[in-house]
Amino acid sequence: MRHTISVTVENKSGVLARVAGLFSGRGFNIESLSVGETLDPTISRMTIVTRGDDRIIEQVIKQLRKLIDVIKVSDLTGTSFVERELILIKVKARESGRAEILRINDIFRGKIVDVSPATFTFLVTGDQDKTEAFIRLVRPFGILEIVRTGKVAIAREV
Amino acid sequence: MQMSGAQILVQALKDEDVQIMFGYPGGVLLDFYNALFGSGLRHVMTRHEQAAAHAADGYARATGRVGVCMATSGPGATNLVTGITTAYMDSIPMVALTGQVASYMIGGDAFQEADIIGITRPVTKHSYLVRKTEDIPQIIREAFYIASTGRPGPVVVDLPKDILSGKGKYLRPEKVEIRGYRPSVNGHKGQIKRVLSELRKCKKPVIYAGGGIIISGATRELVLFAERNKIPVTTTLLGLGGFPGDHPLFMGMLGMHGTYQANMAIHSSDLLLAIGARFDDRVTGNVSKFAPEAKVVHIDIDPSAISKNVAVHLPVVGDIREILSNLNAQQEDEEPVWNEIRESWLERVAYWGQEKPLDYDRTSSSIKPQHVIERLSELCPDDTIITTEVGQNQMWTAQFFRFRHPRTLLSSGGLGTMGYGFPAAMGAQFAFPDRLVVDIAGDGSIQMNIQELATVAQHNLPVKILILNNCFLGMVRQWQELFYEARYSSTCLASNPNFVKIAEAYGVKGILIDRKEDVDAGLVEMMKHKGPVVVNCLVDREEGVFPMVPAGAATNEMIFGSRKKQEKKLRAVK
Repeated sequence: MRHTISVTVENKSGVLARVAGLFSGRGFNIESLSVGETLDPTISRMTIVTRGDDRIIEQVIKQLRKLIDVIKVSDLTGTSFVERELILIKVKARESGRAEILRINDIFRGKIVDVSPATFTFLVTGDQDKTEAFIRLVRPFGILEIVRTGKVAIAREV
Repeated sequence: MQMSGAQILVQALKDEDVQIMFGYPGGVLLDFYNALFGSGLRHVMTRHEQAAAHAADGYARATGRVGVCMATSGPGATNLVTGITTAYMDSIPMVALTGQVASYMIGGDAFQEADIIGITRPVTKHSYLVRKTEDIPQIIREAFYIASTGRPGPVVVDLPKDILSGKGKYLRPEKVEIRGYRPSVNGHKGQIKRVLSELRKCKKPVIYAGGGIIISGATRELVLFAERNKIPVTTTLLGLGGFPGDHPLFMGMLGMHGTYQANMAIHSSDLLLAIGARFDDRVTGNVSKFAPEAKVVHIDIDPSAISKNVAVHLPVVGDIREILSNLNAQQEDEEPVWNEIRESWLERVAYWGQEKPLDYDRTSSSIKPQHVIERLSELCPDDTIITTEVGQNQMWTAQFFRFRHPRTLLSSGGLGTMGYGFPAAMGAQFAFPDRLVVDIAGDGSIQMNIQELATVAQHNLPVKILILNNCFLGMVRQWQELFYEARYSSTCLASNPNFVKIAEAYGVKGILIDRKEDVDAGLVEMMKHKGPVVVNCLVDREEGVFPMVPAGAATNEMIFGSRKKQEKKLRAVK
């Protein structure tokens, strides 16, 4: 099962390598990982999306907690949280398809960030379902390039 | 007062109460070795950096204190890696100091540059690259704190040349606080209550204790707990000595080369109390068939050890000694359950012990390695420290030496590092100059760090090396015999040197034992000699370690001897 794990870490060099090394060294897989500074500039937050059965996820969390530079680990999956991903996607857009592509973009409330005679580049944000759906719908037109931030997530206030 | 980074480091190490460190100098460490000179901080130069790491490890295992080693940048640092990994796998407190090229040269592929922080990241508890001279006191304080608390482990501190030569002030930090590191000590009260209730219900309990018993110093508490509840005890290799080897409740080691008694008891038990152990594959054999009927209670300080390899029903996370004394205290007012079922369980366990005790051919005219170890165990003082190399020598020691006290067996369990025993023995001997320290070695392993004879000769360090010489890499040969049609590929060491002459060339006493009737006299001569000794004991070349749980088999599927008779049994197991 896919899990979204939120990790606060010391904002120091080498910490990302420790986290990434833990995943590769123990054979865990990372689907996406995003990092950024928090309100406290000495702390960064990582949002890690990983897959595994309960036993593996339990190990992932415990091994993360064992790292000295890791301050807090929470598994958001199964709790109430908001997640977003941002994608930049460059799509082939020739005469015939241009209107259709724009319509799809409208439905997804995407933004056009670059236009050329033969391409559109869109910025789309949303949860994983939404971004995946957008990619699926524009694929027939020909996707030239996709850049994704990976998921960021935040717990809801109850 | 302005001091150099090197002087600050020396002072910081002294303030951590470092009694001795093991190291090897080099270009980027010139400032440090200059500050060390005449500082009063004791430093032993080994002849290879790997030996410095193992010596620090042996010192740490023998004393319970943090072992300290040092090596220069590049090849010096990479030579420490095996020693650091050995300590990591066995949870040994160690601080490894490495020199590094100057900060402004890092990343430029400078002479003797290696990214040692990157290289050791997966095999350290934590590591630091020092970026400012004035950070040294804080980092050294944290390194020792992290290495020695919680589940101990090695910490690497990488020190660039300009940091050591730079100037700064020394102020020892009053305390250490690391927001991401707060090891739990006291076990959860509710969980402890549940352990007691499982104890009241069980019929066939077994204690399986590991190295954690020794690390937390919980021997007394464990003995009290086992005696009061009358529970038979087995230990892992690293747990040997953590429970008295001559105690009536002791069943010997379990696992691949464990006793029939211990393995059968585990296999049949209905309550397995795993204490400070981690269900290593050499212990469990086929995990899915390990203790199949048992409810598993796991007491350990490391939450990530819980349910890592074997599903645990009742975990208690915390310091073992705290938890065991808590259990003991709660039992003080109650009479532990004792009934006919429990009594018949103890009888059955005792029966297994008599049915197939550890044995070998005692009538053989050749020197059986087991006999040598048994005799050493009989003849040596009670507080002797034994180190081993890895392979048959290690397993025979575990089986036939009677370990009565904690910290008397120093052996590389997790990583299985050949070449560990000799330098580890040096570390232990420096810590306890008046005790007998014996490295039980194989002829293969001893050659992996034999250069340290120069170190023991230099210090007249009375370490004894007892080589069980079968002119084979014995354990691998045994597997080839059992599982690869006795095709002895790259395991024959017929070209071994004359170990007695090697010893003598270093100025160390050498003794040859080549007849069974000379074993006692040779061992006594070894023990009586005031300085270091190398004993070359020519043992039966094709003796095997038995019983044995073949890889992938369940712990109750043991084989008891080699060759034809066993091949049949093996096929049946498969």
